Parts: sequence; structure tokens; C-alpha cells
Amino acid sequence: MCGIAGLIHRGKSADIGSQMTSMLQALKHRGPDSTGYALYGDKGSKDYVMRFKVAEQEDLATGFDIHDIIIDRKKKVDERLKDMKVSIKNEEAVTEYAHRYTISFDGDLKRVIDYIEDVEGVEILSMGHALELIKDLGDATVVSEQYKLGGFKGTHAIGHTRMATESDVDIRSAHPYWAYPFNDVSVVHNGQLTNYWTNRRDLERRGHRFMSDCDSELIAVYIAHRMDEGDDLESAMKRSVDHLDGVFTYLVATADSLGMAKDVMAAKPMVLYESDDLIALASEEVAIRSIFPHEIDTFDPYEGEVRVWQS
Amino acid sequence: MAELNAEHESHKLGMHTEQLAGRTQQVFFSPSADENFVYHDSIEVDFDKVAEIDAGPMEITDINLRIRELMKEGVGTINIKNPGAKHSLGVGILNRLNLNFEGSLGYFGCGLADGPNIRISGRVGWSCAENMMSGTIVVEKNAGSTFGAAMRGGDLVCKGDVGSRTGIDQKGGTIIVGGRAGAFNGFMMQRGRIIILGDAGKNLGDSMYDGTIYVGGKIADLGVDAVEGEITEGEAKWLEAKLSLYGMEAPNGVKNLTKIVAGKQLWNYDNLEPSEKKLVL
Repeated sequence: MCGIAGLIHRGKSADIGSQMTSMLQALKHRGPDSTGYALYGDKGSKDYVMRFKVAEQEDLATGFDIHDIIIDRKKKVDERLKDMKVSIKNEEAVTEYAHRYTISFDGDLKRVIDYIEDVEGVEILSMGHALELIKDLGDATVVSEQYKLGGFKGTHAIGHTRMATESDVDIRSAHPYWAYPFNDVSVVHNGQLTNYWTNRRDLERRGHRFMSDCDSELIAVYIAHRMDEGDDLESAMKRSVDHLDGVFTYLVATADSLGMAKDVMAAKPMVLYESDDLIALASEEVAIRSIFPHEIDTFDPYEGEVRVWQS
Repeated sequence: MAELNAEHESHKLGMHTEQLAGRTQQVFFSPSADENFVYHDSIEVDFDKVAEIDAGPMEITDINLRIRELMKEGVGTINIKNPGAKHSLGVGILNRLNLNFEGSLGYFGCGLADGPNIRISGRVGWSCAENMMSGTIVVEKNAGSTFGAAMRGGDLVCKGDVGSRTGIDQKGGTIIVGGRAGAFNGFMMQRGRIIILGDAGKNLGDSMYDGTIYVGGKIADLGVDAVEGEITEGEAKWLEAKLSLYGMEAPNGVKNLTKIVAGKQLWNYDNLEPSEKKLVL
């Protein structure tokens, strides 16, 4: 089933970490397997924030050696960053397997990303000036506490509560997905794509990488591909509604915008609240009401509808 | 078993026949059978006896149980404050009751209603009034998809816009939409009426067996086997009267509504068994 949520503040920064946690916790019944956030903080920085993991949470239960393996993988990441002349300005070990680096670099970032992901077990969850992508097993309260998201300030965010149906319960298959190799682009999705493999094979032939077997990742890669071909976000999303087959509602965020798209049969829910200074969307109104206790006017976007808002 | 060959008043009005041709369709209800109107455990309530529930701090099950407790105490009018878009509120009420929600409901609100008059001052989520059997439900703002799915009787009104698949598999009653409606409205509807005063999305009335759809605005396109019909004088009077009950009007008058009915050209309108069909086709 899955639950998705998004919010964007127009022209101001707010407590998006705690707001998104409230929204996602209200959607827990739609998917308790994992929870993920794409939070957009200060986009004025020239530095990049890189979120990456060196193992799956479940790997920690596989034996005594895994702890040494994890340390070794992180060392390799550090060495490779140094090789590529990337300056690490700050690093935080959020969990034993998840790290947050602030880095400075002005070369070909895709080469850096590919070189780091070449280390076995390492996946870059996000890279960008504003984007920080956090996902792990458990509900929103658990993940928020684990990654200390309560004080996260920013302009917009998307999030996901996952009911695993077509791929494993692991971080790799959790949402959001970063639209590799595009900085600051992320996707969350509720639905099923029926032409997943056809599109995946096509995109792989064009050089795009997939880290999971989750059909939702295809949307992120597809949007990235279209933007690489010159589409702006809205055009890429409109094209996706015709090109992707199945039932879906998805949200995309970039450094300064938030978009939503619904399939042509409107088979997956989405409720929208729009005011002058805030837009909030979710699979169920109860999520929006978790940050608006008073009565508000909401509506359902229609079939095949694509909308994009700027922060 | 009720009489199967009773002439419906709707036929005289010129509405579509509603005489189902499918072999598996049966009518289990007759207006002449009084016992059909009353459940064995129906409660006598007094509409002047009023109570209030603050749903804000309560769980869904507790809210629905509290409604039943109040009805057993003879309360006939219940005002529910702070429903907070919670799901499945006001479901399975098989009794006379005035129920007012001061706010919005989540998914599956007021399903299986048989008798109550319900008013919702806010919005409702997906599948409001699913399988509604009688009474009235009036939503003052917007509604989500599958509004009145499998509805069997009563009046279901949304004064704002509704999502997709309104009246899917509808088997009776009347659905009125004050604004716009999404795609696939009246999909596989079997009986009853849908009145959409605004625009209707694509595939309107797709695969409808019977029933009638009226649209005041533009129709994106018609679904398979849905065709235009002609509004009769009697039908126009009925539409006028029905809309006026809820303070609503057709944008250009009821005679200018577009009427959509089943063309009845689909496979289910022949008398062939599946095995026989193979021989013919």
C-alpha cells in the first residue's frame, strides 16, 4: 500500500524534520516496514552533503566480522575521496552503517560517486547542496530519533512509509530514491509499475545505474534521464505519466521545488492542501491534519495530473 | 422474494428502463414488504434529544461505539466535533438518526448507512457512503474517489468536487455532485442516478449495465457502451425537485443536462451461456 507525503514552505525555512515525522507517523498503518525522508535544508551552501551507507541494517546480524568489514569499507571510501581530491569538511557517523559527510569538490562529481559506490556494500543515498536523504527500517518516530531529525530546518521535504510488496524489507528498497547522478533530486512513490523491466533495461543500456529491484527507483532514474535529455522537471513528469504504465502517485523534489504526478486512472490516493505559504500533500488527509489540527480545505488531484510548486 | 415484474415509477418518468437483462440479477427488496423497512433491533430515537461527541482525543472504534450508546439512550441528534479526517467514522448505522460531523472525514466514512440523515461540514476521503442503503448524506465540501461505491439507495450529495469512480457499481439511489467529477464515474453501474453539475472526466459510464447519469458541464469522453439519451418532461421535474431538496441548481437548467444511459450492446445483454457463446463467436 505505502504512504507518501510532501510539504513545501514558500519563501521561508521551517521545522520540516519534525513536520515530516508527524505526517509519516500518521501514515504508519499504510506501511510499517521502513520510513524515509528527503529533507531540503540550506541550499545556499557551495559544499555538498553526501549521505551514504556501508551496509544494510540486517547485515549487522550476520556475524562478528561484519563490524570490522564496515570499518574497512568506510576507510576505503575515505581513501577514494582523498584520491579524487575531495575535501571532507565534516563527518558524522549517524549509525554504525550510515554516514553524513560535508564535502567540497569542483570536479566531475559522477566520477566520484561511481568510484565510491565501487566499494562493495557502499551506496550513496543522496548527494546535493540542499538534499539530505535518510531512510531506515522502522516507523517515522524510530527513524527520526535514530537520525536526530527533530531539529532539521529547511524549505521542503518528501517522505515515505513502506509496505514492502515487490522487493525486500531493507534500506536499499526503502524510499525515497535519489535520482542519481543529479544533485538534489529525490522521489517517493505509491503504486506499481507494470512496464518496469522494459524501462529498466532501456535505461541501463543508456548508462543509468539501479541499486535495487524496486520499481519506484525507476521513476527517479527516469526523471533523471529526462532531465539529462533537457526536460525541465514538469516536462519530465508529464512525459512520465504517458510513458510509465501501471498505477502510481509519486512526488519529486529538487533543490527548490516539489512536484506530484498521478497516473491516468487515478488509482492511487493523494490529498492536497494549498495555501499562500504552504503546500502539503499526503496519501491520506489524516497526515496533513497531523500538522494542521484545525479544519482545512483539501481536495484530490485528478487523473493524469502533474503539479509543481516552487519554495 | 419481491415481485420481479413490478413497473417502476422511473419508467413512467422516462428514465432509463432499469429493467436488468442479465440472468443473475435478482431483486430482494420490495416497497410492498413492510418488514424490509425495519431491522429487528431498530432503536426508537427522539430527534429533539441532542448529544455531542468530541472526537479529537478518541479512537475510531470508541467514537463509533459512543454513537451506538447514545442511540440506545434514545438520542436522535448527535453532533460530532473534531473528527480530524479520521477513517471509518459513522459506519454501519442502520437506524433513523441525525448525525452531524463538524469537520472532515477520512476514508470509508458513513459506509453501509441505512436510514440516518448525515451532514458533513468538511470534506470526505475515498469511499464515502460505500454500500449506502437509505437515508441522506450531505457533504458540504469536496469528496475523494469511489464516492458512493456500490450504493443501493438514498441520496448522497457532495456540494464540491469529487474524485474518480463515483458511483462505481452503483445499484440504486441518487448521487449528486455540485462541482467537477474525475474519471470513470458510473463505471459498471447497475441502477440509480448520478447527477454531476460540473464537468465529468473521461470514460463516463464505462460498461454501465443500467441507471442514468446527468452532466451539467463538459464530458471528457464516454466509456464503452455509454450513450446519450433524451430528458423527458417528467424527468426534468424530478431533477428540479431533487436538486432543490439540497439547495442546488443545474448550471443551465435541468433540461440542458446531458443524459447518459447504457447502450446495452455489451456481451451481458444476450441470452447465451458462456459455452454457447464460444459456438457463436
